[in-house]
Amino acid sequence: MAAELFTNSKPGLLDAELTQTLRFCTCGSVDDGKSTLIGRLLHESKNIFDDQWRALEIDSRRFGTQGDRIDYALLVDGLQAEREQGITIDVAYRFFSTAKRRFIVADTPGHEQYTRNMATGASTADLAIVLVDARKGILTQTRRHSRIVSMMGVRDVVVAVNKMDLIGYSEKVFREIEQDYRHFATSLNLPRITLIPLSALEGDNVVEAGLHMSWYKGKTLLDHLESVDVGDPDAEERPFCMPVQWVNRPNQDFRGVAGGIAGGVARVGDSVRILPSRIQTSVRQIISGLSYTADARTGDSVTLVLGDEVDASRGNVIVDLQHSAQVADQFEAQVLWMSPHPLVPGRSYLIKHHRKETTGTVTSIRWRTDVNDGARLAAKDLKLNEMGVVNIATAEPLVFLPYTEDRTLGGFIFIDRLNCETLGAGMIDFALRRASNLHPQVLDIDKSLRARLLGQRPRCIWLTGLSGSGKSTIANALEKSLHQRGVATYVLDGDNVRGGLNRDLGFTEADRVENIRRVSEVARLMVDAGLVVIVSLISPYTAERRMARDLFVEGEFIEVFVDAPLEVCEQRDLKGLYAKARAGNLVNFTGIDSPYEIPGSPDIHLRTTELDIPGCVNLILLALYR
Amino acid sequence: MDYLEAEAIDIIREAALNAIKPVMLYSIGKDSTVMLHLAKKAFHPAPLPFSLLHVDTTWKFRDMYAYRSRIAETYGVELLVHTNEEGRKANINPFDYGSSYYIDVMKTQALRQALDQHGFDVIFGGARRDEERSRAKERIFSFRSHGHRWDPKSQRPEIWALYNTRIRQGETIRVFPLSNWTELDIWRYIHRENIPIVPLYFAEERPVVRRGDTWIMVDDGRFRFEPGEKPQRKKIRFRTLGCYPLTGAVESSASTLAEIVHETFQASSSEREGRLIDTDQPSSMEKKKVEGYF
Repeated sequence: MAAELFTNSKPGLLDAELTQTLRFCTCGSVDDGKSTLIGRLLHESKNIFDDQWRALEIDSRRFGTQGDRIDYALLVDGLQAEREQGITIDVAYRFFSTAKRRFIVADTPGHEQYTRNMATGASTADLAIVLVDARKGILTQTRRHSRIVSMMGVRDVVVAVNKMDLIGYSEKVFREIEQDYRHFATSLNLPRITLIPLSALEGDNVVEAGLHMSWYKGKTLLDHLESVDVGDPDAEERPFCMPVQWVNRPNQDFRGVAGGIAGGVARVGDSVRILPSRIQTSVRQIISGLSYTADARTGDSVTLVLGDEVDASRGNVIVDLQHSAQVADQFEAQVLWMSPHPLVPGRSYLIKHHRKETTGTVTSIRWRTDVNDGARLAAKDLKLNEMGVVNIATAEPLVFLPYTEDRTLGGFIFIDRLNCETLGAGMIDFALRRASNLHPQVLDIDKSLRARLLGQRPRCIWLTGLSGSGKSTIANALEKSLHQRGVATYVLDGDNVRGGLNRDLGFTEADRVENIRRVSEVARLMVDAGLVVIVSLISPYTAERRMARDLFVEGEFIEVFVDAPLEVCEQRDLKGLYAKARAGNLVNFTGIDSPYEIPGSPDIHLRTTELDIPGCVNLILLALYR
Repeated sequence: MDYLEAEAIDIIREAALNAIKPVMLYSIGKDSTVMLHLAKKAFHPAPLPFSLLHVDTTWKFRDMYAYRSRIAETYGVELLVHTNEEGRKANINPFDYGSSYYIDVMKTQALRQALDQHGFDVIFGGARRDEERSRAKERIFSFRSHGHRWDPKSQRPEIWALYNTRIRQGETIRVFPLSNWTELDIWRYIHRENIPIVPLYFAEERPVVRRGDTWIMVDDGRFRFEPGEKPQRKKIRFRTLGCYPLTGAVESSASTLAEIVHETFQASSSEREGRLIDTDQPSSMEKKKVEGYF
C-alpha cells in the first residue's frame, strides 16, 4: 500500500508518533462527484488494494454509471441500497495514508434529507471539502453545506471546483465561481477558504497537476491536504481542562479521576480547580496507560490522582486556575434537529454535554435559520434537518464555553427520554444572565407544616384520557367525595384552565406541551400549599406526563388512565367535538388527527365501559387511603 | 497513534460505565488482543469491569487454542467460551457444509445464543471500518434491536464524541473501539507496545495446500484433502485468523514485528482477501451483519 509514495526512506513507519492524522469531510450536491473524487484520491495515492480493485471492476460492470470506465463511486458507497440506487445515504468513513499524513475521510451524503448525516461528518472534521460542479456554479446545496460546515466549527474549507473537463478547463469560469463563493462566504464564519479547480474523473489537480490547467499555480488537492494545519495548533498553549469521565476507585487506597484532556497540559504539582464546585486542589500523580508519568497533553486519555480527598464526580470538569470555563443553567444555543419528531418548547429532553447527563427544556425558539440564505424565520417548532437558535434551561448547571471557543465544552446532544434516540445537536452561544440573577428564597413554612395544619397528605391525582372518556365527571365526583371527608381539594380542569391561564394556547403539539407544563407547575404549587389536586387533562403525550410526575416526590403523583375506546367516546360526544372533527371543522383533535399515547403503567387504570362512576371514585379513594 | 489510542480508551470507558452487563468479544486475533490491551489501559489500576467471550466454532487453529489458554492469566480477566452445542452434535463443519451455512450456525447463531443466555447489553467487538465496505458505514456505538438485527438505514447520528449510550429494554449495543484503525495502525501499535500475539502471524514453514488464489494450512487430522492433493511446506504467515479451513495464508518471510509492519505497508491486497466468507454471496457482509453477525 502506498509504496511508491514512500520511496526508500519510509519516514516514521515504525516511529508512529511522527505521523499526524487529518480528519476531513466531503460534501456537495448529489451529482457533483464526491464519491468519484474520493475514489480517485484513494486510487492515485495507491491506497486501493488489488483485490478491492478487482471487486470494483466487477461492480462497475454490474451497477456502474460510467459506461465501460471504472465507477469510483462504487468504492465508497458501501450499502447495497446505495450501490443499486447510485446515491450516498449514510456517512462512510475511509482511511488512507501517504508519507506525510494519515487521513480519516467522512464521505457525507448530498441529499437534503440527509443533512443530519452531513453535520455528523463535519462534527469531527478539521477540514471540509465542498464540491461544486463547474458547469453549475454555486447552488443552494453549496450554500447549505457551507452553512452547516461553518456552524459545526470547521476552520478550513476547500472548495473543489469539479468537472473542469466539461467546461474546457476554462480559467474564466473558475475565477467567476471563486468570486461568487468568496462573496457569499463573507456572511459565514469560515476563517480559511481555498479554491482548487479539478477533474475527479480525469484526475487533474487531484494528486498530480495534469496538463490541462497550467494557469492554476496553487497546490493540488492532495498537496493541500498534506500541508494544511491539523487540529488546533494552539491546543497546548491553552489552560488545562479535563472533563471527568469516570472516578476510578478499585479499593480504599486509590482514587483517581479519569478522562480525556480537552485542552492544555497537566503536570504533576499543578494547582487545579474542580467545576462546578470550585474546590481547589492539585495534581499529585498522573497515570497514562499502565504507568505513571510527569505530564500529559491535549488529546491524551489519563487518570489523575488529586492532592486532597476532594469530591469530584463524572461530569465535573478539572481546570487550570486561569481557565475561563463558566457555569450556568440557562443558555442561548444553536440547534440542528435530527429527528422526524419535531423539537417543541416545554418538552423535557435528556441532554448529554461532554460527560454530563441531565435533563433540559427549550424555553423558547428565538428563530429558525433558513439553511439556504441564513434568514431568521419565526418558528413554533424545529423539524427534521432544520436549524435554529433557542433558549434552553437545564435541570443541573453545566460547565461550558461557547462552541466557537471550544467544541468539547460547547457541544451537546438531545436524547429522547423514552425511546433513547439521538434527536439533535446543540452548540452553546452564551449563558443567559437571568439564570445567575435568580436566587430561590428559602421559606420557613414548608409543605409538611402546611399539610399538618390541614391534617392531610398533599397529592396530585392526574386523570388522563381521550375527550369524552369521563375525566371531568370522575374528577367532579371524586372532589365531592373528598370534600365530604373534610379534605381540602382543587380541580384543575383542562377546559377551565384554557379559558384563563392558558388562553393564549392552541392545540398544536407545541402548544399542548406548554399547556401541560403550565398545568403541572400550577398543580405543584397547589400540592406545595398542602392541597389534594385533581388534574383533568387529555395530556396525550407520555413525555409530558412523565415530566409532570418528575415535579413531585415519590408517591405524591398518582397517574389515572381514564380508559374508554375511541368509538365509545365518539358515541358519547357530549360536547359535539368528534362530529366537528370528523367533518373537518376541527383540526388537531386527539384521537382523530392528533395522537394519544396510551399510558404504559398508570398507577390506576379505569375502564369506564365496565365500571360506573362511583366504582371509579372508589378505586381512586382506595389508592389514596391504602 | 496516540490519537487512536486515546479515542479507543475513551470509547471503552464510556460504553462500560453506562452498561449493566458488558462483555468483550475475544476472537484470539490481533485486533481483539489490541482491544484487550487498550481496555486494560482504560481501567488501570482497577481490574477490567467485564469478562471476555470467545465464540468457539471448534475449528480454530491449534496455536490459537494454546494462546487462548494463557489469556485469562496474562490479563487477569475471566474468559467465557461458548459453542453452539446443537451444531457440534450435528457435526456442522466447513468441509461438508457451505461456508455460509457453517458460519451462520457455528458463529452467528452461537453468538446470539451466548448473548441471550448471559443477557449482555453492551458487547465490544474489534471490527475496523477499513476491513469491508459495509463496516465503513457502521457507527462506533451500533444498536441492535431485539433479536440482534442491524438496520443500516436507521442508525443514530453520532455527532462529536458524544456517544449516546442509552438503550431500551431488549436492545443491545455493539461497540467498536477500533473503528478508525487500519491494519497498518494495528501492527504499528502491536510493535510499539510489544503486545504478545498468536505465532501464526509470523512467517514460518508450515504444511499447506493451494486452494484457488490462496494457501490453506493443514492444521490437524480433520483436514479433508481433495483427490490428488498433497500438503507441501511453505514459508507462510496469516494476516487474519479465523477457522483454519476458511482462512488463507500469504507467502512471506516476515518473522519479526518490524518486518510485518513493512510488509503490511507494501501489501498490494487487503487482509480480508484471506477470508473466504466475505465473498461467498454479493453484499455478503452486509447480509450477515443484518442477521446479527459481528
